[in-house]
Amino acid sequence: MIPAPEIDLVSLAPVLVLSVFTMLVLLMDLFIGKNKSGLVFISLTGLLLTAVSSFAKTDWPVRSFGGSYVVDHLSVFFTMVFCISSALAILISIEYNRREKIRVGEYYSLILFCTVGMIILASSTDLIMIFLGIEIVSLCLYVLAGIRRGDVRSSEAALKYFLLGAFATGFLLYGMALLYGTTGTTKLAGIAEAISSGQMSSQPLVLMGMVLLVLGFGFKVAAVPFHMWTPDVYQGAPTPVTAFMAVGPKAAAFAAFFRVFTEAMPELASSWDMILSIIAVITMFVGNLGAIVQTNIKRLLAYSSISHAGYLLIAIIARNSLGGSALVFYMLVYTFMIFGAFGIVILIGREGKENLELEDYSGLGFQSPLLALSMSIFLLSLGGLPPLAGFIAKFYIFQAALNEGYVILVVLAVLNSAISFYYYLRVIVYMYMKEPQGEFQITLTPITLLVIVISVLVTVELGLFPGPVLSLAQP
Amino acid sequence: MFLTFLTFLPLIGAIFLAFIPKHEEDAIKQTALAIAVADFLLSLQLYADFDTTTAAMQFTMDVPWIEAWGISYHVGLDGISLLLYIMTTMLTAIAILASFGIKKHIKEFMMAMLALSTGMLGVFISLDFFLFYMFWEFQLIPMYLIIGVWGGKRRIYAAVKFFLYTAVGSLLMLVAIIWIYFHFHKTVGVFTTDIMLITQQINLDMLQQKWLFCAFFLAFAIKVPMFPFHTWLPDAHVEAPTAGSVILAGVLLKMGTYGFLRFNLPLFPLASVEFLPYVCGLAVIGIIYGALVAMMQEDLKKLVAYSSVSHLGFIVLGIFAFNHYGLQGALLQNLNHGITTGALFLLVGMIYDRRHTRLIAEFGGLAKVIPVFTVCFMIMTLSSIGLPGTNGFVGEFLILLGIFQNHMGFAIVATGGIIFAACYMLWMFQRVMFLEIKNPENEKLTDMTPRELCTIIPLIILVFWIGFYPKPFTKTFDASIQHLITQVTPKDHQGSQEPHASANTDVKLAQADAGSSGSH
Repeated sequence: MIPAPEIDLVSLAPVLVLSVFTMLVLLMDLFIGKNKSGLVFISLTGLLLTAVSSFAKTDWPVRSFGGSYVVDHLSVFFTMVFCISSALAILISIEYNRREKIRVGEYYSLILFCTVGMIILASSTDLIMIFLGIEIVSLCLYVLAGIRRGDVRSSEAALKYFLLGAFATGFLLYGMALLYGTTGTTKLAGIAEAISSGQMSSQPLVLMGMVLLVLGFGFKVAAVPFHMWTPDVYQGAPTPVTAFMAVGPKAAAFAAFFRVFTEAMPELASSWDMILSIIAVITMFVGNLGAIVQTNIKRLLAYSSISHAGYLLIAIIARNSLGGSALVFYMLVYTFMIFGAFGIVILIGREGKENLELEDYSGLGFQSPLLALSMSIFLLSLGGLPPLAGFIAKFYIFQAALNEGYVILVVLAVLNSAISFYYYLRVIVYMYMKEPQGEFQITLTPITLLVIVISVLVTVELGLFPGPVLSLAQP
Repeated sequence: MFLTFLTFLPLIGAIFLAFIPKHEEDAIKQTALAIAVADFLLSLQLYADFDTTTAAMQFTMDVPWIEAWGISYHVGLDGISLLLYIMTTMLTAIAILASFGIKKHIKEFMMAMLALSTGMLGVFISLDFFLFYMFWEFQLIPMYLIIGVWGGKRRIYAAVKFFLYTAVGSLLMLVAIIWIYFHFHKTVGVFTTDIMLITQQINLDMLQQKWLFCAFFLAFAIKVPMFPFHTWLPDAHVEAPTAGSVILAGVLLKMGTYGFLRFNLPLFPLASVEFLPYVCGLAVIGIIYGALVAMMQEDLKKLVAYSSVSHLGFIVLGIFAFNHYGLQGALLQNLNHGITTGALFLLVGMIYDRRHTRLIAEFGGLAKVIPVFTVCFMIMTLSSIGLPGTNGFVGEFLILLGIFQNHMGFAIVATGGIIFAACYMLWMFQRVMFLEIKNPENEKLTDMTPRELCTIIPLIILVFWIGFYPKPFTKTFDASIQHLITQVTPKDHQGSQEPHASANTDVKLAQADAGSSGSH
């Protein structure tokens, strides 16, 4: 008789709360009519309550559902990051959707559903649950990427993402199947035990499973050579969706990636160590070198996010607790930097003309000095210049890696930081050192501006006084 | 606290400037100047309060900052950094005064200059690795903007080259810093990035010292700049606006030599001794190469830029002499180069403002038309050559004395560099100022305005003051030099835990008197 797993709904509180609110938003859409702003409030309230409810259980780590679900420091911190990123995504979408005439009520519920998936991803300790999380996130993103129905670019992005994503998910599933087949369990702890005690049926199949898992996860986080979809999808999707994609799902995928590899396969570290190192290095180089030639700001930011995936992979390679904290801190900082930068990208655009080329930024420095200054802060922070938050985040990752002795990896990472400065500075060159093409007609829509201001403040504050948040990031 | 206030005063001033309306150009210029001059005058107080008998850090402030990582806001000044600090505030004020002629976006320019000032001052006072790195990188952006927005024709290329070149070097230094951080924790058990603490207690074997020395050396060699990492300098100097060049030559290059003195020598003494021949070799190559290339230049600013490479080679040579005269000469020459080359860039800028060309061929016979300018230019030329009576002589003589004592060969070759300096400077001067007026444009030149005179006169005074009576300046160095020498000599530094400061005070005092009495 199979013992029934204990059902601990309290540990699942954030998922439950958010799911309820998501369905509420979906239902209310039927009754609300043309003005969708009520949905925004409900969504934001839902996210706030989700964040609060993630502290329902405080004696971490709490394992429930037979060891498939865990509430620990990593999952709670990531849940916070997801709530923040989804809230910011919703906030910058409001005016953008109004301007670009995206009148889809499901938009907000899709973002919320995606967040549910992300929370599940960050808290699962079972391969099936992880798959569940990935699928929820991916399906929502496929639709969100193509939500601008009339735009051919958007549809192209959605289709590309869907086809390639489906393939990658297939690989992921196959890898999970192989691991299950060889170890007899899908629970991460069980897999670790099976591998360490040598019970699994054959070593090569486990390695094969691991490689396929790297492939599947690599697609989700846009690591090379699974990154091909990123520039096109980021460019085609509506800008707030791009920002959301760059942050939330990526963070969730990294959380799961980290968990699977550090909890399930620490014994195999010597094998995936090398593979991940090579992937990390290639990812950083391809991301940075690819960004250098871009003229479209969204594609530039897409390639830069590929390179950031490379830096984050280093945090996974440095698998100690320092690595986990570095990952978590980096994603928090990254959230604000990306949403700030994309917020400004949205503001620069106008109805009918999105102004996404770099030339459209010429002369911004002296016509809208504060906006250009904010953009410079975000870009330099992404590059990792002190005294901004991006530097602290990168410093943390380098610390984690050097502590484990990966000197060459860190040297290559800092060289890539130097390379990345080239294209971040290029935008600054356009903003400050080129003559403006005409008058900038920028309407400073208040909510997007609020997001930008908050992001600037956080970026600068975390760069100068990261202490409190750092101690939160450490378990 | 006073030190922190002085350091951040320019930045606060810059933020305050942001509120002045854009069209009030005079108000902006005057406010910026007032802030800079106030900072300079207040920094003189540091000189007055400085205790020349000790090598310990003074005006210190140590506040925990990022406790999770053991990083603290630790600042202070010692003999090595004191005069560099004051020179920075002085050159900032002079550079701002010299920039009153800028038409485009004057407000942002002044803000950038003041922000840059804070960055540079912060580098000199940081006693924590993390803080040092932060200031080191921070000052790249205002300089990058100054070159890129207000510079010459190829300004964007020069600015990006400057930024990336320096960033690569300093990023490798970052890896070294993090490595030291973990190594210190493994060996001593404490997580800290405090420079003083780590210098006293760190225990590194030869191989580790060599690698770390190289990582730090790269960052500073690019900044100095030493051959062959100097290629960013001519472009940056030529394309930068006048004030930018003054600050670049006067202060930013000194950050490289300061880095050698603060990090490479004390932290990695074995590696320093081991690499000495190579470093001196590169320095001497820089001296000769810089001088030869300067001789062939047709552009005045490029000539002065290459002369900087040559002069900085002397300073590095003096540092690696590892004896009292050499170090004293190097520290003094730090100041001298800032004064002299800063002045030369100012003067070249004045000519450029009038004729919008810097080609030597365009000039000739200017002495008849602008006599006051000629006198100032002559004084600075002679100072650059190192004529006795000027500051250049004292510095170069001490350096040569120092390096002659330890490594005669380098001294002999370096002396050739002085002769070359005389060649290119005097030949340039002759072609520009003397001979006949070839170009009728030159007859219409106006002499120096009172504002321009105000920027040059303090520097002229300093040239002669240091040239005839350097003691007020050199006495601040002596204690720190003694301390540095004890840190570099191998016997003291084989991993023992004894703190150096107290044990060597008596030795320092005795030798300080002996050293300073022999220096002039």
